[in-house]
Amino acid sequence: MHELSLMEAVRQQVLVEAERHGAQRIEAITLRVGSLAGVDPEALALAFEVVMAESIAAGARLLIESVPALARCPACLGTYPVLNGICLCPHCGGLGGHLLQGRELQLATLELE
Amino acid sequence: MCVDCGCSTTAAPEPGTTRLLDLGRSLLERNDARAASLRQTFRTAGVKVLNLLSSPGAGKTALLEALAPRLPSAAMAVIVGDLATDNDSRRLQSAGLQAVQITTGATCHLEAAMVERALHRLDLQALDLLVIENVGNLVCPAAYDLGETLRVVLLSVTEGEDKPLKYPATFHGADLVVLTKVDLAAAVDFDRALAMQHLAMVAPQAEVFEVSARCGDGLEDLVAWMAPASAPCA
Repeated sequence: MHELSLMEAVRQQVLVEAERHGAQRIEAITLRVGSLAGVDPEALALAFEVVMAESIAAGARLLIESVPALARCPACLGTYPVLNGICLCPHCGGLGGHLLQGRELQLATLELE
Repeated sequence: MCVDCGCSTTAAPEPGTTRLLDLGRSLLERNDARAASLRQTFRTAGVKVLNLLSSPGAGKTALLEALAPRLPSAAMAVIVGDLATDNDSRRLQSAGLQAVQITTGATCHLEAAMVERALHRLDLQALDLLVIENVGNLVCPAAYDLGETLRVVLLSVTEGEDKPLKYPATFHGADLVVLTKVDLAAAVDFDRALAMQHLAMVAPQAEVFEVSARCGDGLEDLVAWMAPASAPCA
């Protein structure tokens, strides 16, 4: 349950950006979350309401873009989706993989008014 | 640009207009920056740092207690994180190790800033090896880089063979997996081959050691791996 502290980081970053751009209100926040980031989107949504309350981001829309984990097989060099964290290459049947994406925890975009 | 005359003054936005900013910033950028600076500090001081992760009760502290007489304890220290109590640091000190406790309160993981503060209580120049015993939790600590050289994940036989499949994100990041409490394997019908198969699926990059802190099985191999110069430093 570190979603609350992650959302504190979102709050800090979006308020700084909003002030820098002279925004009156934050309308929408998009996060990019990798499937191997160890974060639960529902818990993020819950934390969002609590953390943004009484700020200019209160009532903003929270959008979560999920990023599927992708790996490159060290044996056949093919790229494959890492489903449920399992590094099994469907092209050659080999076990193993260098993760290309899937650990993202990013503030992607911000919509300001 | 100014909307009235085209000068370079930034115009105040019209009320009611919306703008979309493309940021792409990491939510963990503060922690990552601190971890990078810690990693540099550790490298300069010549200290190998292990970040120990596991679920609560997998035997992190017991393993370190059992390793204590086999390790060069004068040049080694442990930073141990728990939500509450200093029980673990006291246990480690009784075992002859230099140990610093971090109590995190409600926080379910250690962050680089906490490690930074704990370092004030240690003489880094006198150390070769620093072990960070993270808060017992197989989810949250995985996201927080502590500047460690290598990440070690413990799995006890009493937790079941499918633990790696249930917590893939944590096992995926492991450089080493230590299977603990192997003396209890028969008592809990632990299927070793199945556990190894699961580990190979989610942590193909990790070496696996099997140990018993109680009986001493496998500890010498682990000591050799932990020795500052022996294992490859990331």
